[in-house]
Amino acid sequence: MNPAMNSAVNAGMVPVATPWFFYVLAGLAVASGVAVITRRNAVHSALALIVTLLSVAGLYLMLYAPFVFAVQLFVYAGGIMLLFLFVIMLVNVERSSKERRFNRMWPVGLAAACALMALFVFAFVKGKALFPDRMISLPESSNTEQIAGMLYGEAGRMGQYTFAFEIASLLLLVAILGAVIMTKKKI
Amino acid sequence: MLTQFMSYIGSNLTPGSANNQLWALIYVFIIFTGVSVAVMAMNWLERKALAHFQIRLGPMRVGPHGLLQPIADAIKLMLKEDIIPAEADQFVFWIAPMIGLLAAFAVYTVIPFGPSQAVSDMNIGILFMLGVSSLGVLGIVVAGWASNSHYPLIGALRSSAQMVSYEVAMGLAVVSAILMTSLNAKGTGTLSMIGIVQAQQDQAIWFIFKFFPLGLIAFIIFAIAMIAETNRAPFDMAEAESELTAGYHTEYSGLRWSLFMLAEYAAMIAVSSIAVTLWLGGWMRPFPNFLQAPAWDLTFSLFPALTFFGLAAIAVIGVVRMPAHSFFRIQRIGLAGFAAVLGFIALLLLVIAVGGRSADANLAARFNQGIGYVYWFVLKVAVFMYLFIWYRATWPRYRFDQLMRIGWKVMLPISLSVLIVTAIVGVLVK
Repeated sequence: MNPAMNSAVNAGMVPVATPWFFYVLAGLAVASGVAVITRRNAVHSALALIVTLLSVAGLYLMLYAPFVFAVQLFVYAGGIMLLFLFVIMLVNVERSSKERRFNRMWPVGLAAACALMALFVFAFVKGKALFPDRMISLPESSNTEQIAGMLYGEAGRMGQYTFAFEIASLLLLVAILGAVIMTKKKI
Repeated sequence: MLTQFMSYIGSNLTPGSANNQLWALIYVFIIFTGVSVAVMAMNWLERKALAHFQIRLGPMRVGPHGLLQPIADAIKLMLKEDIIPAEADQFVFWIAPMIGLLAAFAVYTVIPFGPSQAVSDMNIGILFMLGVSSLGVLGIVVAGWASNSHYPLIGALRSSAQMVSYEVAMGLAVVSAILMTSLNAKGTGTLSMIGIVQAQQDQAIWFIFKFFPLGLIAFIIFAIAMIAETNRAPFDMAEAESELTAGYHTEYSGLRWSLFMLAEYAAMIAVSSIAVTLWLGGWMRPFPNFLQAPAWDLTFSLFPALTFFGLAAIAVIGVVRMPAHSFFRIQRIGLAGFAAVLGFIALLLLVIAVGGRSADANLAARFNQGIGYVYWFVLKVAVFMYLFIWYRATWPRYRFDQLMRIGWKVMLPISLSVLIVTAIVGVLVK
């Protein structure tokens, strides 16, 4: 190990070929994202969506947010996409993939996509003034603790997002109860 | 390269923490080889043990007591014709076994065979393991769909429903163990696999005995859920051979089929490692805090050598008991050679154990320690692997609605209440 590397180890983290990883992951995310909407076969779309989610998870890891990476892997790629596939297999996609679409939703979709694109361009042009221009460097090991501190608070102090977090969890609980009640004929 | 190789020797960090890519690669290679060999050994052991449970002999022809059977199987599978059904979705059919295999092997990066005997000590170790192993089921689901055939599709649907329902109970049981890691002076827990074992060492108790019986209940829930997660009997609904031919891999043959088997067994070892790490003290030998005298250290470091001596003795008994017919001569020579190899390994371990007992931190002592860590970890995992076989031989397969009922109406409430009670007790203790 050379001295430069040693000092880097002492500094806490060593980015390995960062630009390359970014371009590979970002390219993969965009390419598979395009595949999601262009494939006629629903299962192929779902698989492409999994690749998108995984490459975004990789980008989280590159930003030294391992907790978000793991949750993305666990919840989205593992859990939700499994349910997607489950539903796609239960309903008959064979016929619907051959049917011609008769609704005219694509202008709305195009408008929404253009608006989103405009937002991205705006963020790209004006972004320097709006966001911190460099990555906040935190030791990788503290990421989980940081998130916990923000959500639940630390040392007797309420966290920055405790209230919003609890409201969100309550909302999810209501949604779960609603789903159960709607599927039950008799309670 | 040589300096990178040498600088890590004697280090007490994982290659990941020491930022040593070369040794990380070496570890990956060792683990991959070790797991593949373990899967082959498991294959032999499962056939033998199942046969003996049913008062049969099991494989006896290929090598003495069928010891070479896994190698013969592997060659057979590689030479078999690789069929892709005409109506199958070619690409997805091709990629499905790879997904399962990748997910099964990726988790080995964080499994701690010892405090420095892991590829990397991730800060999110246990989350990473659960997340990646939950990707493994995608391979099964996609394989079932791509086969474009009825039985595989039903197998895949069963498998995904089963995974989703058992993952919840499994996750809650894991969380209750993670809560226990935070019961230290600092009050912060950890998700790192190495950190979890060290927390058990600091608290001088395996989490299975912590807050008795809370730890035990959480462990039992995990032990049940992990059988469902790996699609093993009695929860092997996805490949129930009496109803679905072979479930999701009905249409697979040859090498592709063997990849599924490899992934299944690798995943079994992986989930057993999670259970060992979270509840059974990981790499720690029995009573590392109470029996600390050097004499105890020596006694426990003799265990690996004794194990191999025992295996050699069993092989020698096999040689002696072999019928005195000329037909068995080659088999007898082979088994005697196997016994000699086992005995030689035992001698080597004995020399290391005796040579490395001095308290100063020389290389032999560190080597001896490392062998001890890996030995105890592998021993604990091996117990689980034997239990997998034992379950399969003992219990009849569950019906699918029973499986779902147990998952949602029994395991989930119990694991949720264990989690809540653990949290309350943890706060009270503090």
